[in-house]
Amino acid sequence: MSTVNTVLSSSASPAVWKLRGRRAIVNRIATVAMYGAFLVAVIPLALVIWYTIGKGLARFSVGFLTHSMAGVGSEDVNGGVYHAILGTVEQLAIASVISVPLGLLVAIYLNEYGRRGFSTVVRLLVDVMTGIPSIVAGLFILAFWVIGLHQGYSGFAGAMALAILMLPVVTRSAEEMLRLVPDTLREAAYALGIPKWRVILSIIMPTARTGITTGIMLAVARVTGETAPLLLTAFGTIFINRSPFHGPQEALPLFVFSSAAAGTPADVNRAWAGALTLILIVVLLYVVARLLTRRDALNRR
Amino acid sequence: MTQGTPTVDAPTVTGTPRKARKFEPFRGITLAAALLVLLLLGAIAVFLVVKAIPSLTHDQKNFFTTKVWNPDADPPLFGIAVLAFGTILSSLIALVLAVPVALGVAIFVVEYAPRRLANWLGYLIDMLATVPSVVYGLWGLIFLVPHIRGFQHFLATKFGWIPIFSDPGNRTSVASRSIFVASVVLAIMVLPVIAAISREVLRQVDPNLKEAALALGATRWEMVRTALLPPSRPGIIGGIMLGLGRALGETIAIALILGTSFVISPHILQPGGNTIAANIAIYFGEAGATGRSALIASGLVLFILTLGVNLIARTVIYRAAVRQGSAR
Amino acid sequence: MAKRIEALGLSCFYGSHKAVEDVTMTIEPKTVTALIGPSGCGKSTFLRSLNRLHEVIPGARITGQVLLDDQDIYAPNVDAVALRRTVGMVFQRPNPFPTMSIFDNVAAGLKLGVSKSKDLSDVVERALTGAHLWEEVKDRLKKPALALSGGQQQRLCIARAIAVEPEVLLMDEPCSALDPISTLAIEDLIAELKDRYTIVIVTHNMQQASRVSEQTGFFTLAGAGKPGVLVEYDATSRIFSVPSDKRTEDYITGRVG
Repeated sequence: MSTVNTVLSSSASPAVWKLRGRRAIVNRIATVAMYGAFLVAVIPLALVIWYTIGKGLARFSVGFLTHSMAGVGSEDVNGGVYHAILGTVEQLAIASVISVPLGLLVAIYLNEYGRRGFSTVVRLLVDVMTGIPSIVAGLFILAFWVIGLHQGYSGFAGAMALAILMLPVVTRSAEEMLRLVPDTLREAAYALGIPKWRVILSIIMPTARTGITTGIMLAVARVTGETAPLLLTAFGTIFINRSPFHGPQEALPLFVFSSAAAGTPADVNRAWAGALTLILIVVLLYVVARLLTRRDALNRR
Repeated sequence: MTQGTPTVDAPTVTGTPRKARKFEPFRGITLAAALLVLLLLGAIAVFLVVKAIPSLTHDQKNFFTTKVWNPDADPPLFGIAVLAFGTILSSLIALVLAVPVALGVAIFVVEYAPRRLANWLGYLIDMLATVPSVVYGLWGLIFLVPHIRGFQHFLATKFGWIPIFSDPGNRTSVASRSIFVASVVLAIMVLPVIAAISREVLRQVDPNLKEAALALGATRWEMVRTALLPPSRPGIIGGIMLGLGRALGETIAIALILGTSFVISPHILQPGGNTIAANIAIYFGEAGATGRSALIASGLVLFILTLGVNLIARTVIYRAAVRQGSAR
Repeated sequence: MAKRIEALGLSCFYGSHKAVEDVTMTIEPKTVTALIGPSGCGKSTFLRSLNRLHEVIPGARITGQVLLDDQDIYAPNVDAVALRRTVGMVFQRPNPFPTMSIFDNVAAGLKLGVSKSKDLSDVVERALTGAHLWEEVKDRLKKPALALSGGQQQRLCIARAIAVEPEVLLMDEPCSALDPISTLAIEDLIAELKDRYTIVIVTHNMQQASRVSEQTGFFTLAGAGKPGVLVEYDATSRIFSVPSDKRTEDYITGRVG
């Protein structure tokens, strides 16, 4: 039994447990390195964001959002991105209409109906599709549709290129979400005598709905900023083109690109403002997608 | 459930005379969708190959080693040497710059950052991965090119004895739109991607393992090295490959920074150089039929390149998963 | 040379929430002490305060003292990392490092800061023998650790823990994830290990406690929403036959918890 005296004297004992020098130093260096890496990463990224916001806000205005570049010369300080926003929205909508239903159907097939060998092949090829460089997707539409079928540049062509990029992403994430739906749910439904297609459409899909929606929104957010494929397909224009099916159409990323490449101060300012608009839209999509995942149908996080 | 096919399937009714096959039009619809996707991919591949061939047969010089790009000239002379060199070099430099930092950031967020901050930082990194490349290109062109002049000059003078940093003609004394700058922008671009994936992978490590290391008397760094990093290696490599794929295919940022140069030069600090993707973007508009065919050929090369990277990544991940989960 | 553990008025906190209140007990060297009691009454928290492992949770702290052979392990000049070499721990779920072989797992604790040039085969063999695992794995030391069965993995973790030559071995429900045969094997092992180490084992299994330990401490919650307290600490034989406290008796006889 130790007494109070023993307790007091023991704190003056020699440090029995002390970390040997070398290991402590290595640990310290590692800690510093981690903090350092964080700083090295944050600084340029913060610079990019800061710069874009700063320069972009200077030129940002309601007028900027509601006017196009029709009649605006390179040196003119007016002009806006209305035609670009319109184009982007229409192209994204069409691309989603094409890729989402198709992607969901494929995901359903892979997860609910698939057969060993065939499913593996399909999955592999979907994976291959995720690796298509965006410019190659644009190149394909250019060669096949724009020139090959003599359809010319159009927003629709751009939308198709975007759809090629979106399809594998939608398929993959939808498949993941479907896989997460517990089998017990399926068992219960079958036990009630509900036919398989009904189970999928009325029970499984709604359960996975949140995750799938998030996946779709993330896919849209990803292609919103794609410039290269649109360059070859929608081509861009200074005019407002309300029809995605006839003639070249502008898009936000295209606008930023051509303005930046043009290089005059007025153009560069417009480029920054356009970039800011673009980032705002992408971030908005991303945040909404993330907020949706807070709680899904099964109340999981 | 490795295949994704459900372990539970719709039961057939017994005791009632029924058609031998399940009547499932929906199955047919989804199967048709899957086939359509396969067809689409096949069509893309076939079409591109078919369209690429004409230029290749007309090319008077070796497609892989020629250093100029004049497919619409008479006779056509073009090759992807410059482009392939620029593509691979810029992506490699970008990785060399980005990977250590990205890993450090991921480990930092998972282990070293204050807990409450760590979540927000994670979201921030995820969000940064979605910033469009055209924004990075814009920033790189307008901000980085002039501002990095000093650093490039410094590298050229102090480290010029290293061949790739050498600067004949002293061209780094003015702002240089060089492969180096393009690589730095690429690095900044892929950093969030690699960091986000690495962070996700590190987070999934069984906390039991971390405790086991600590209970053995490991310092924090030793615990990271022994228990956190090894099981995460395949996933992290996958993330790096993803970043590499993104860098290889990056078009717009490079096009903005490098412009229309067409020089093959091992001096990365000097202006010049180009990549396959940027080249396509720049020349497609004014390309004639042979020119377009040549661009498609170069696009195919790029596609095969990224495909290769993809396959390597999957093999690495698959092999490691097998090793780790042996006899479970 | 095993050490004596003394807890003096030890209370454990997570932030402002008190999980364990005022525990005073002495654990003699080369004995096995079992800590029993219903779930959530602080046994594991108390156990982790003995090797300062609870500190990895932000906000965790203690008041009171813990002495190892009269040395305060919470003294300001004590490095928790170094302390954990002296006080080892085995966990509820076997957790061998998945990417390492059997050999590397056992040697993991030794390789942490030391260069690999030292020949560790002797140490590994000794540790595996001490954990009753040597005969079963001696021909496949380089094989992945995950290839072993659950019971073997747990013995591997024990080997890993004793390879660094601690004085004390803490065990947090080491058998609860194992089948009955493996459980018995580990209990036999514990009976042998106590000749070299001081062992403290948290267990839900009362039969196990009565089989392996000489002393037993019974923990329970002081009340709903209250911290855990040490109700009774006595020789195992007495706890299980003539407990002094009614709460202990209720738990032992299954009336409660």
